Amino acid sequence: MPKLHVTTTINGEPMEFLCEPENTLLDALRNQLGLTGSKEGCATGDCGACSITVDGRLVCSCLMLAAEAEGRQIRTIEGMAEGGRLHPLQQKFLEQAALQCGICTSGMLVASDALLRRNPDPSEEEVRFWLAGNLCRCTGYDKIVRAVLEAAAEMRETSR
Amino acid sequence: MSDIQYLAPTTLEEAIGAFAAAGNVGRILAGGTDLLVQMRSGMVKPGLIVDIKKIAEMTDIVETADGGFTVGAAVSGALLTEHPHFGKVWPGVLEAVNLIGSKQVQGRASAGGNLCNASPAGDSVPAMIAAGAVVTVQGPGGRRELKVEDVPAGPGRTTLKPGEILVSFKLPPRPAGSSDAYLRMIPRTEMDIAVVGCGVSLTLKNGVCTAARVGLGAVAPTALLVEDAAKALIGSKLDEAALEAAAKACRAACRPIDDKRGTIVYRTKIAGVLLKRTAAIAAKRAQGN
Repeated sequence: MPKLHVTTTINGEPMEFLCEPENTLLDALRNQLGLTGSKEGCATGDCGACSITVDGRLVCSCLMLAAEAEGRQIRTIEGMAEGGRLHPLQQKFLEQAALQCGICTSGMLVASDALLRRNPDPSEEEVRFWLAGNLCRCTGYDKIVRAVLEAAAEMRETSR
Repeated sequence: MSDIQYLAPTTLEEAIGAFAAAGNVGRILAGGTDLLVQMRSGMVKPGLIVDIKKIAEMTDIVETADGGFTVGAAVSGALLTEHPHFGKVWPGVLEAVNLIGSKQVQGRASAGGNLCNASPAGDSVPAMIAAGAVVTVQGPGGRRELKVEDVPAGPGRTTLKPGEILVSFKLPPRPAGSSDAYLRMIPRTEMDIAVVGCGVSLTLKNGVCTAARVGLGAVAPTALLVEDAAKALIGSKLDEAALEAAAKACRAACRPIDDKRGTIVYRTKIAGVLLKRTAAIAAKRAQGN
């Protein structure tokens, strides 16, 4: 089969790319489109380092074919900061040292953002449950959870 | 250049035509949370991937006039969770579907995929069996219906005929005083594969159980309908003797394997324990209905 031509929207920008039928969306993002913020950890949907949203829904881009992006609204970590201004979640991750090696960080941020868009005031348990599909082998999670809770509080304050 | 073909048809007829023509190298793509992992590991090498998510019937949740539900085979766990009524009528089915993987996996994984992947430990299957769900399948020979418990044939195998595609689940209307529940035993607190899974659906009238169905997972090559357990519950007030009789029927139905996650002895014992706990949750919910 010849390459597939996919037309999609990524971080609000119309995009087109060519892919093989078996390519994952993660492959296409990283290799065709140069969006290397999404990471490949396990490639089996266990670690969440490749987390993106598709039509607002949190998914692992390693478990989705690139061809399935046709006509969808994709958001990746690259769409999180506005120009040079970091998203409050990104800012809090830095302030709270909620990252060490960084491989899980973009997935953590995308997943946390998806949570806060649904639930601006989550409990610690809700944050931990929501992020259970994002593995971090460095931090022990505490700093990440704290950063998400503090970013949520700050965002609530700002939107008041 | 790849020798895999990808199709995303918008009609069921088109999907079946292509899938049937591909023979045993055809694979159906719903959420892909099993298929893509299997492709990655080299376990399956599809010649044709048929993405069914552009077919409306596959992704719709329809509440019928009589109070039943039709749930498309490719409806994701996230979509089912967001339905305003489904989780109120079928809390056990919903909690079973929601136990499949992380939030990311819930964004894609479907009950249809869980059933067709035919793992003995699939969480949604015992709950669907307990619910009395019937599936609609369609193939080159037309449409037919079969009970969920008749779909799995063994680990990784189903009774679907060549070219047949699972279209939807039909869940029956609920009489007053009905509810359901699903529990599974896992060695961790979250995100693991069931060592035993148990679904119970029941109806209570003045404290007496007038109807019940019990499904068990991960204790045999396929998820099981345990009719003797249901019989032990029906007509009782779910007293200790009835629950113990139902638990005994569950233990008797077990034909598990020994593996790193649980021994035969352990799985068999837990099947009885879970029956009691699951029935208690279903009964408590039913009292509110």
